[in-house]
Amino acid sequence: MNLIEYHAKRLFGQHGIPVPAGELAYTPEEARTIAERLGGGTVVVKAQVLTGGRGKAGGVKLAHNPDEAEARARDILGLDIKGFTVHKVLVDPGVVIQDEIYLAILLDRAARRPMIMASAAGGMDIEAVAEETPEKIIKVHINPQIGVRTFHSTYIASRMALPQELWGQFHNVVTNLYDCFISNDASLTEINPLIIDGDGNLMAVDGKMTIDDNGLARHPELAELREADAETASEREARKHGINFIQLDGNIGCMVNGAGLAMTSMDVIKLFGGSPANFLDIGGGAKAEQVTAALRLILSDKNVEAVLINIFGGITRGDEVARGIIAALDQVDTKVPFVVRLAGTNATEGRAILADQNMTTAVTLSEAAQKAIAAAKGRGV
Amino acid sequence: MSILADKNTRVVVQGITGREGSFHTRQMMAYGTSIVAGTNPRKGGQKFDDQVPIFATVREAVEQTGANAAVAFVPPRFAPDAILESADAGIALVVCLTEYIPVLEMVKVRAYLDSTNTRLIGPNCPGLITPEQAKLGIIPGNVVMPGSVGIVSKSGTLTYEVIGALTHKGVGQSTCVGIGGDPIQGTDFIDCLRLFQADDETEQIVLMGEIGGNAEELAAAYIKEHVTKPVYAFIAGRTAPPGRRMGHAGAIVEGNVGTAESKMEALTAAGVVVVDHPDQFADVIS
Repeated sequence: MNLIEYHAKRLFGQHGIPVPAGELAYTPEEARTIAERLGGGTVVVKAQVLTGGRGKAGGVKLAHNPDEAEARARDILGLDIKGFTVHKVLVDPGVVIQDEIYLAILLDRAARRPMIMASAAGGMDIEAVAEETPEKIIKVHINPQIGVRTFHSTYIASRMALPQELWGQFHNVVTNLYDCFISNDASLTEINPLIIDGDGNLMAVDGKMTIDDNGLARHPELAELREADAETASEREARKHGINFIQLDGNIGCMVNGAGLAMTSMDVIKLFGGSPANFLDIGGGAKAEQVTAALRLILSDKNVEAVLINIFGGITRGDEVARGIIAALDQVDTKVPFVVRLAGTNATEGRAILADQNMTTAVTLSEAAQKAIAAAKGRGV
Repeated sequence: MSILADKNTRVVVQGITGREGSFHTRQMMAYGTSIVAGTNPRKGGQKFDDQVPIFATVREAVEQTGANAAVAFVPPRFAPDAILESADAGIALVVCLTEYIPVLEMVKVRAYLDSTNTRLIGPNCPGLITPEQAKLGIIPGNVVMPGSVGIVSKSGTLTYEVIGALTHKGVGQSTCVGIGGDPIQGTDFIDCLRLFQADDETEQIVLMGEIGGNAEELAAAYIKEHVTKPVYAFIAGRTAPPGRRMGHAGAIVEGNVGTAESKMEALTAAGVVVVDHPDQFADVIS
């Protein structure tokens, strides 16, 4: 789950990293009030959306007084930036920038540990820096058993040729960013840029943070920060039921257990010339209630002309799935044809429950995919 | 021979009294797996199904039954401790099925395991099965048959799909391992390739990967250098939209990293036969 800049910087601040004292505004009037509260001088008005390239899209503007802050907020609120509508802006006090640094902590899957990534070429698109001048990117892996030590931050500061009088401050920023990363179950904490301000001090002027979805269960306060437009209404409904769901644009609805098998079912539908309407994994050990919710979601998509149910039971039991299908058919009146393929744990029991439902059944995945494609075509004619 | 587990493997089930733990312990026992103990901190001294002794801790189970493998059916909050407990008790092989363990917990667990002799399979995996010998996890026993194909897969149910298709055509398996789809795993493709290459009974290897990460590319490089047995592969997620997490924490395509094309290319270049469809394995192998 990605956090907007405001929430990321607020968490950085709570962990002792210097950040600007800005606040969120939902209306131009609120932006004016915040600019006044910040002393009436120069502020930056920044669109708060979960996408990059805000500056280029006109989503970041300087304002020299509260009047201008209100006007700039009026310009930015409602903008469409790469498909995201701006509903709120951050009003930050203006700062003098002497220099810009890039600093991030992320999980390196291959090394199986957190990695600090830093560059003196801050403020720029770091992917472009990595592509064109990889030698300007400094990487340091952190063993979680020892955490960040002074030699780590000293190595980075020295390689970046950071003025020595800032090494102490820099060590604190790195240590605090690592604490923020670990204690919030983050998979990314990024400061870009970390600036040297007019007084020669470090400050995090822009920030990004990604939280590991598996960590949200133990951070309910972070789960509440999920942006409403980061997912569709169907995806939100699916998440509430513990279902993994992604809307696609085809006509064959898929309900599958397991992410790998769900992806493969989509691939096989495509291979035989069909088009999947969604990715849907009911998860391991799904109960009848989840199956019902999944089918409601699939059938609420008007493009769906056939439903492929592919369940290979391991921890999921065929009889539970069958009961969920029956319950869904009681709740939703549908004429969409179903192709059901049940195998594995309690599949025989499941097939017995569905025996008098007049559904097309299949033994293999290929057969199921081809029958679903035929069923969808039959309806389309 | 086989890899990781056989009829001599002595298994302790962590969380034996839970809903999933009890159901699948019965399935493992029905398959003939030697389940020698179970654990539950509050039910030490009792027996599971009047048959399997329950201990408060894994260490007691090891001391009193000689258990040398563990299967953990415990919720995400307790799973990291369950793995550490088994490793601390000297268990050689831990299979953890639990989904949704925070990644940073697994970073710590894996760092600890690296300082021990314990091998972890998983988490977020279906476990492993050596046909007619031992089942540690939830791979359905009725889909496998003994034979010479070693299977390693990131997925759970997709693994059953492929095993089932092979068995249907009379192609048996030496051992089938589901390594899980999480970003941090106890055992990876390369570990399993090494074990299968060294196993007398395994003659061919099937590898099932999926989009995300670069484990398949690394496996391809390893195969090129070290594996002489024929390898067959399938990559799930060719039609997945980029930038979206597809259920498995690892199954996400970011930019050009981890695409199905990149993996299929790397594997093909390493001499691996990559099939378009899991049902095709049986045809190319037999």
